[in-house]
Order: sequence, then structure tokens, then C-alpha cells
Amino acid sequence: MMPPDDANSVSVFALVSSGRHPVSGRAGRAREDARAVEMGLMLAGSALKLAHAGDADDGALRDCLEAYLGMFHGLGDDRPGELSLLPMTTEDDAVAALSEWLANSGARLVLTGQRAECGEGSAMLPYLLAERLGWSVVAGIAAIESVDAGSATLLQALPQGQRRRLDVRLPCLVAVDAVAPAPRQSAFGPARRGSINVVEGIETSPDTARRAWQTQPARARPRRLKVVKSGNARDRFKAAAAKSSASGGQVLSGLTPDQAAEKLIDYLRKEKILREEKTPSISEEASAADQ
Amino acid sequence: MSIRRIDPHAERMRRNRLHPRHQEFARPAWRWISAEGVTRVNPHLVGAIGPNGIKRIDRSGASVESSSVSASQASAEPSRRQIVIAEPAGYVMVVPELAEGRLSDHDRDLFGLARQLADDRRLAVTAITFQGGVTGLEEAGADRWLDLSASAEDGDYCPEARLAGLERIEASLSPAHWLFADTFPGGGDLGRRLAARLSVPSDGAQGERAATRVWQVADGKSLSRAGDRQDIQRDVPRVLLALPECAEPVSETRHEARPMMVDTGQSGTDAAVDIGIIDRGRVAVDPQQIPLAQAPFILSAGRGIGDWEGYHHAARVLGASEGASRVAVDDGYMPRARQVGATGTFVSASCYIAVGISGAVQHLQGIARCQRVIAINSDPSCDMVKRADLAIIADGDDVLKALCESLGQPKASSQPGEEPLHDAA
Repeated sequence: MMPPDDANSVSVFALVSSGRHPVSGRAGRAREDARAVEMGLMLAGSALKLAHAGDADDGALRDCLEAYLGMFHGLGDDRPGELSLLPMTTEDDAVAALSEWLANSGARLVLTGQRAECGEGSAMLPYLLAERLGWSVVAGIAAIESVDAGSATLLQALPQGQRRRLDVRLPCLVAVDAVAPAPRQSAFGPARRGSINVVEGIETSPDTARRAWQTQPARARPRRLKVVKSGNARDRFKAAAAKSSASGGQVLSGLTPDQAAEKLIDYLRKEKILREEKTPSISEEASAADQ
Repeated sequence: MSIRRIDPHAERMRRNRLHPRHQEFARPAWRWISAEGVTRVNPHLVGAIGPNGIKRIDRSGASVESSSVSASQASAEPSRRQIVIAEPAGYVMVVPELAEGRLSDHDRDLFGLARQLADDRRLAVTAITFQGGVTGLEEAGADRWLDLSASAEDGDYCPEARLAGLERIEASLSPAHWLFADTFPGGGDLGRRLAARLSVPSDGAQGERAATRVWQVADGKSLSRAGDRQDIQRDVPRVLLALPECAEPVSETRHEARPMMVDTGQSGTDAAVDIGIIDRGRVAVDPQQIPLAQAPFILSAGRGIGDWEGYHHAARVLGASEGASRVAVDDGYMPRARQVGATGTFVSASCYIAVGISGAVQHLQGIARCQRVIAINSDPSCDMVKRADLAIIADGDDVLKALCESLGQPKASSQPGEEPLHDAA
């Protein structure tokens, strides 16, 4: 391994996998992995190292991986991308190969997409790697705010567009969510200049846990029916034929604007949508953060 | 006169068809089969007297007896059977998501799946919560309830401390199954941590892997969605992370949800949990930067708005994302990306305020998943008022102006150049 740059004291790696376009089914970058690579490029520039465990003789896979190397542009220097390919067959366990390799690679921060688009796609890989290596692991990351020698500050995506700030001890595995910043385009020239290095001497072991499984083309999930548990036909008919009309809400009329505003604020406070004192500060803080 | 007297002897004879005097007291049937095998109907006995004194014949199948068997029995909720499992043969652990402290539909589906796994083996479904005061576990289908709020109270997000709590339960009870909701960063995260911990046995061999994104369990096999449009069918593993609608929620039985304590035996190890992740709390997010489909709080404007500056100011004061009806977008007051409805965005806000929107069908489709809808409109008969949980019949501009004033941030008099005229989207 190369020694890390002076500017980037933390060595950043990204684990990439082959992806599949959701509509056309064409092979290419995996969407979340591409976001992880973009995050790594913004953090470490061209010092970012890529890694993949897969079949070294597969030509289609190499095309896929070159698409990631094609993202090494617009970084201020012309250093081409490097990708370490850990050779193994599709029957082998990627976790064993990756954990052995990562333990000796000197990596401190490893980025990856949350869920693979091909294969098992269970999103278990970062957790299994972290368990074997004894590292920290966080999932659903939308942004990396800062990284220093011992820890990283990350933003985790929550439902409804909310964010949570986490401090994570390094070394760490970071699973990047689909709401992270969009990846840059993959360009042909950088893809040609980048190198795929096949790592020698990786011991692989077959994935025995998967042998008893059967895969089948995904079936459409049955849509849940609204079942009415009632003894008589009238209730069942009413439930089936009823228009989904809202149960009568509260209607306030004949109020002055000030009274109406009071009622509205009372309602919002009661439903805990409007905090007592915090609301002005949130919008101010957000507008300050924008500038 | 108004008191209906019941002769208990006559009632008993009427109910008992084997009683020798049953025929005297039995009410004449309105339909019977005659000796020749022909169905006979007595039209005078069909139907019931309605509330306005007119006889009504109901052919929908709802049996309305004229002499009222017992109206209360028919209209009562179908009562649930009480199920008590005193001596369970084992445990099925369910870790519900409990977003906002309540059981969600996803959580109820999880309990339904747990009952499916537990019922024919006399296992006890056990809910594990990290907060107290959870209601509705009895109806959801939990036999036992383990409250771990004491062991993991520091911070909002402390997966490592929670994992340590789950590991102690694993060591002392060794449950048959663990069920989590496959959502990030909640149950999906914690469940995968536990699955990774359990997948490494002490001898270093390769352990069983969890089933993720499970959407069906049938005949001892689980179906889980994999990548690349594939499903994986396998024997039901110990740890399952299930998608919404993985099973039918419990609807016919009621369970005891008995609080339970686990004797961890080694409380000294509590402090030894290695914490690598520290929660620094929520980050204030600019509501205009949240994608409209995910925004939790939307202030939406339609044709009834005249003062657009005041509207933008009100959205800032409330901290709400801005939405618009199609008319407001077509008229050029709002960008297309802010349009709510069938041709725009389907929103799922927990609170949606519609100002000056009368509620076209396409718009109402777009807000179908909103939890609370507030309408401010000058027309009391419009569809939005019918849909709304709270409707205020007033002019939208005036209410928004008064709202900003009573929140202590009245709009400054018009200063061109200072107010951002464009929308953040």
C-alpha cells in the first residue's frame, strides 16, 4: 500500500459492486456505490482506493469496474484511479476475502453503498465485515462533514428528510444511503487510464451458507385487500362500497383572522408540529447554514 | 306500557327446540318449506318497522327481526379471544420500530408474522422495546413484554448499547426467532448488527445468515427479496428482517403482554460496552431543501392567495416546506417542482396546510397519505374543507398575516431586494 498523502492523513477506501439499471437491466455502476465513490472523491480526491471482490476473468465485470474508474476526473490532479480486484468465483464468500484484505490494507475509512443491486443484496456486508474486523459500522449516511485521525463526523439520513449528526470512531465502515449527493458522470478517458490490479494470494473460501437457498424470479407482491370482518352482508357491502371520505373534521367559521391564527397555532402545538420556542431558530439556523 | 316484559319460561321454551311446548312459543317464521317441498313466504312477517313508522324490507341479508333479538349483540365489535400462554416452550422476539412512540402498521405486521411462527409451537411472542409506556401491545399480539429502556437510555441512537441488551437476552433466553422491521436506520440497522454478531460462532465457523427484506413466510420457508429481481427461498432462519405487509396483523385474538424481567446475571458488564458511535443529535434541515415527497410539514398555496410575499414569509416562520396547487404553478407563482397532486408530487406529510386550495380530485389524490390536513379557505362548501381535519373559513392572506404576527415575526414592510423572490427549489 502507498503511504497516505500529507493532506489526507486518513486512507479512504470504497468498496464497489456491479450494478444493474432498474429499467433496462443494463450492467453498469451500482447507484449507491457510485454515490459512495463520489463521497470518497470529495473527501480524499484521487487518493481514494477502490476495491472489488469478484471474478477476474469476467469481461462484463471489468466494464462495470472501469465505469467507477471513469469517475476520477475534475479532482485537481491527473492521477488515474486504482482498483484492487480480489479474485474469487461467484460461489465464494466475499466477506472472507475482503476482511482479510482490508485488515492488511491500512484502511481507516471504508465507504460502500448500502445494498448491492446484484446477488443477495441483503445489505449485510458492512456489518459482517465490521464484526470480523472489530470496526465501527454506520448505515444510511448522507454526508461526511469532517474526518480527523481518530474519528469522523457524519450525517445520517432519517425518514422525512431529517438528518442526525454522528461521531464515529475510526476505523469505520460507512454504508452510503441513496439520498447522498449524486455521483459525477463516468468518463471514457479516465476509465481507460485507470488500472485494475488483481491482488494475488487471497485465500478464498466457498460460501456454504448459501448452498441450500433457491433463487427464483421475483414475484409481484400480493396487494393487501381490505378485509371487513363482519357477520352480515350489509356491513361488508357498506365497507366495500363506501367512498373513503374523511370523518367530519372540525370546521371553524366566522372568526377574525387573529382568532383563526390563534386556533391554528393551538392546533399545531397540540399536535407537536410547532415547537414552543424553537421554530424561529430553526429557520434562522438553516438560512445561516445556507450562506 | 313502554316496559317490555319478558316471560323467562316462555323464552326458555322458545330457545329449546326439543321442548314439548316449543311450537306454542316459537315465533312464526317468515319463510318455511311446506309439506310439498315448496318454499312459502308470509309477506306480513317480512321486514321491520323503521324509525319513521313505515315498514321496510331489507333484502341485503342483515337480519332485522321485528321483535328484536338483541340489537346490542349484533352491533357490538366482534370480541377478541383472550390467549394466555402460561408455560411457553420458547420465545419469538419482536423488536418493533415504535416511530413516535406508537406501534405502526409495519410493527403490527411484524407481530402477525411472529404469531405465524409461534402459534403451532407454543412459543411466546415477546415484544422488546427501548422505551416505556407503549400501548396496544395486547391487541398487536405480544404475550410477553421486555422493556429495555433502562439499559439503553443514553441518546437517541445508540445501536451498540441496544445490541448489548439484545445479546444478554440471547444468552439467557436463546429465543427461537428474532424479528425486526427492515427499515433504515431503525430496525434494519439493529437487526443486521445482531445478525452479524450471531453469525460468528465462537469456533470461527461460518454461521447462518439472516433473511433480509422478507415479504412472505409460508410452509416453513421464507421468501426474501434479493437484488436483480430475484427472490430467495430458504428455510426460516433465526433472524428475520421483514418488509411491510409481510403478514396479516393480529385481529381475532388478544394477548396478555405480561411484563417480563430477564435475569442477566452479569450486570457488571454493562459498562464494558465498547461505544464507537456517539449521537450528536438532530441537525436543523432547511425545509425547502427536503424533497417534497418526504417533507413532514407543508404549507401549500393555491388560487386563494393574493399576497405571495406574505405566503413565503409565513412558510419561513412556520418552518414548513412550500407546496402549490396546479393553478398556482400554471399562473407562474410557484415552480413546477413544488406542485402537489396527480401531475406533481404525491406527498406524505404528517401535517399539510392548504391555503386557498379548493381541492380538485387530482390534488386530493396527491395528499391522500397525509396524516393531518388543515384547510384555510373562504368557501365553506369546497372539497378541501370536507377532507380537512381542521378547516378555517377565512381569507388565507389575512390568516397567514395574523399567524406571523402572533408568532412574533410580522412581515417587514415591503423592501424590494431583501426578500428572496425565488423559491428555494
